[in-house]
Amino acid sequence: MEYVLIIISAVFVNNIVLTQFLGICPFIGVSNKVDTAFGMAGAVTFVMVIATMVTYILQHYVLLPLGIPFMQTVTFILVIAALVQLVEIILKKVSPALYQALGIFLPLITTNCTILGVAILAVQKDFNLIESVVFAISNALGFGLALITFSGIREQLDLADIPKSMKGVPIAFIIAGLLAMAFMGFAGIVK
Amino acid sequence: MSNLKNFAKGFVKENPVFVLFLGLCPTLGTTSSALNGLGMGLATTFVLAMSNLVISLVASVIPDKVRIPSFIVIIASFVTIVDLLMSAYTNTPGPNGEPSLYDQLGIFIPLIVVNCIVLGRAEAFASKNSVFSSLLDGLGMGLGFAFALTLLGSVREILGSGSVFGFKFIQGDGILMFVSPPGAFLALGFLIMLMNKWKQKIV
Repeated sequence: MEYVLIIISAVFVNNIVLTQFLGICPFIGVSNKVDTAFGMAGAVTFVMVIATMVTYILQHYVLLPLGIPFMQTVTFILVIAALVQLVEIILKKVSPALYQALGIFLPLITTNCTILGVAILAVQKDFNLIESVVFAISNALGFGLALITFSGIREQLDLADIPKSMKGVPIAFIIAGLLAMAFMGFAGIVK
Repeated sequence: MSNLKNFAKGFVKENPVFVLFLGLCPTLGTTSSALNGLGMGLATTFVLAMSNLVISLVASVIPDKVRIPSFIVIIASFVTIVDLLMSAYTNTPGPNGEPSLYDQLGIFIPLIVVNCIVLGRAEAFASKNSVFSSLLDGLGMGLGFAFALTLLGSVREILGSGSVFGFKFIQGDGILMFVSPPGAFLALGFLIMLMNKWKQKIV
């Protein structure tokens, strides 16, 4: 039951993009086509789960025993940057097909604030290892849900006749606002 | 003259938020009021100026291959400094029990480290230019970012609760939606639209 709550809360109620404002750059940047949105969502899911697991272990078995939790930001970002490189190298060797699909998105992920954000949030919320993993998966799902929905809308939007100064980013933000408003309807499901 | 240009370009011509669309997460996430926007903007300015300064000092001795990780470590160190300073000095709750600035900015303070503006300026400017112009560039870009955040925060605060920096000048409740998440997206969308319209007129 606890896990169900974490999932519903992260995917719908506290959606990472639309209510927490993390990962806006890829949300606006790679949402022109549904295909690329799927690729990005896949890559984020992959890295987010691994990164959250590794940073959890790091926080509880290295930083806290040594009494240096203030080094969190420095260590987490380095670990994530190294991890992304590692995942890229391993994927290239083990599964060329998956690498082809996710490849171009992986380097972008280092500066995607969802990864570091979720890692820090999982630590702040005092989750245990399994809860952290569930939290990471459901946040990645929430990110994917928002990104893919948004890219579907934007594909249709290309056909719409809108004022010149609204074209591109401004209209994208307004659509995102409407989408966020729709997601506000989920508020109150989970306390 | 060129020094002045390095400093001033961040405000309008190359404004990180309205023109380059960098650092959008804190832009949306921390602008529920003008004060929060300004606080976030100044914290980012500090990190940006200091990391630009240090990176331009050490750029010539860092091997090209480990450039990005080294920059990230330098930036992360300054973010940690800001985080510790803010938790020490801006952590007192308001008179009516409202959360402190540190609590309101919350996770966005450590996330300055992944703000694309900081790494972007390090890579595009500080690693290639002299120490003084890098410092000016960092300050200008940071203040431009702070300006954008304060502007967006003020717009949202005026519409949402009829006040600026906490001074209430419109009676009543205001449009609450502008303080909540959808309002952030809508307000920024319309601000960028106005900016575009203004630029078209000038050209």
